[in-house]
Amino acid sequence: MVNNVKIEIRGLSVSYGLRPALHGISLDIPARGIFAIIGPANSGKSTLLKCVNRTVEFERGARVRGEVRIDGVNVFRSGNVYALRRRIGMVFPLPVGLPLSVYDNVAYAPRMAGLRDRRALDDVVERCLRQAALWEEVKDRLTSLGTLLSGGQQQRLTIARALSHDPEILCLDEFSIAIDPVTTMRIEDVLTQLKSRMTIVLVTNLVQQARRLGDLTCFLNRGEVVQVDRTAMIFSDRPGNQLTYDYTRGIFG
Amino acid sequence: MGGALKQTLQTLRRIASGLSERTIVALIHLCGISAIVFVFGIFFFVFREGSPFLRDIFDFRSFFLSEEWHPTSVVNRRYGILALLAGTGSVTVMAMLVAIPFGLGTAVFLSQFCGRRTREALKIMVELLAAVPSVVWGFIGLMVMNPLIVRLTGAPIGLNVLNAGIVVGLMSAPIIVSIAEDAIRAVPDTYVEAAEALGATRWQLVYRVVLPAAKSGLLAAVLLGVGRAVGETMAVLMATGHSIHIPFTAEAPFFHPLESVRTLTATIAAELGEAPRLDTGPGGIFPVEARHYQSLFVIGMALFAITFLISVTADLIVKGIRRKA
Repeated sequence: MVNNVKIEIRGLSVSYGLRPALHGISLDIPARGIFAIIGPANSGKSTLLKCVNRTVEFERGARVRGEVRIDGVNVFRSGNVYALRRRIGMVFPLPVGLPLSVYDNVAYAPRMAGLRDRRALDDVVERCLRQAALWEEVKDRLTSLGTLLSGGQQQRLTIARALSHDPEILCLDEFSIAIDPVTTMRIEDVLTQLKSRMTIVLVTNLVQQARRLGDLTCFLNRGEVVQVDRTAMIFSDRPGNQLTYDYTRGIFG
Repeated sequence: MGGALKQTLQTLRRIASGLSERTIVALIHLCGISAIVFVFGIFFFVFREGSPFLRDIFDFRSFFLSEEWHPTSVVNRRYGILALLAGTGSVTVMAMLVAIPFGLGTAVFLSQFCGRRTREALKIMVELLAAVPSVVWGFIGLMVMNPLIVRLTGAPIGLNVLNAGIVVGLMSAPIIVSIAEDAIRAVPDTYVEAAEALGATRWQLVYRVVLPAAKSGLLAAVLLGVGRAVGETMAVLMATGHSIHIPFTAEAPFFHPLESVRTLTATIAAELGEAPRLDTGPGGIFPVEARHYQSLFVIGMALFAITFLISVTADLIVKGIRRKA
């Protein structure tokens, strides 16, 4: 996987008040492909994602140093944070159906971007729901509230919504913790299909999920990068780092 | 001897603590039931006082659809409350035109757009606004707004629907603000995060996510404001001009906010003291039938019905929204 670099992270440090979350980490995330991030709780995985789309700024007392460059442009210097966020799809751990209809949930971002044409919106909604493997289940109830769907459906709705503004980067933060294994598998298939078109950053607590999906895997611990390598390498018998070996084997402690 | 005394004391204490336990439980029960008792008590009293009127001379058309209110006339006694209904209605509508944008706007600002310190300061101000006695509001209407309206609009008199509407609107706004703000703050943070991550600007966030998510609470806030406006008495008595008049005409403009009106509540407040009951007054001077007195209680029943309808409507709408959600 020697692609051109999509996201460059340089010396990124984040602290919440006095509590540090990331210690000057540097990473290159290549364009197109799945970049998996694993690590124990409090290792800074979610914080890293929040820096990419700058939602870290909503956290109370968050202080950020260093750079996150997307296509060479530092996001913290970008004047229009809304335009930045529209280039990035974000999926949170728990499904968040906005209190709108299924259709409006997906059409939300395109509408904000100024798309008004009914037929164009219909197309976007159908395409995104199909991409998120949800279309067949909801095509007859597009007008019912998104919050009425089951948890797994809502999470796929969230993914459809994240895809609706055609993002260059899709960030998923432990997307599978609230859904069943079968749905997880379906979404994983979706991600595998999508990775040829966009950069996917997958934060996961499930080591095996990173192993199944990641092209590259990054192991974070205590706010520092322990190892970044091809996934096969990370999960091999000799990853070259004792911590990584222990963590992927589940004998970390 | 000492031991026996001790034992007696202990027994007494046990009896006392058992008693106080039971007393407290009984008191709490009493408090819980009292709300129901009071509502039914008030309704019963109002109904009892008004029932002779209902029984003897009440007639739907001449009561609700006539604007002739001459309860003390000797030759042409009329009890028509249409003008009073129109007065209450027009003041309420005018008040809501002021209070809804003001109240909801303030609530949105407080919960979404301002810093923590500004919010605390503003909330105290809003609470102070709610604490101003209604007679003071009436005074403002009478002495401040009255000449202002005359000067600005050239109306012959500044005590009118506009004046009372603004005053009552400002009185209802604090209620709307505090309930609407609670409703907005109850919107889960995850909604906000999700919308932010989709690149929503502050205003898009409020307009497309926060307000729809809070809509049942906002509706409840507005309807409580309406209830306040309908029931307000002292301020409207002082600011409406208290003249029996319907501020509507068939030809455009249909609605005349610069005309004086009188409301249901103000009528009761102003006339009840002068309307004698059957068994009061030096015999013979006052009319034998206390129809005027009774009719005011029928107005009270009408008010009861209006506020009841408003809260039932609110309940149904809120439940409807819940069922859809």
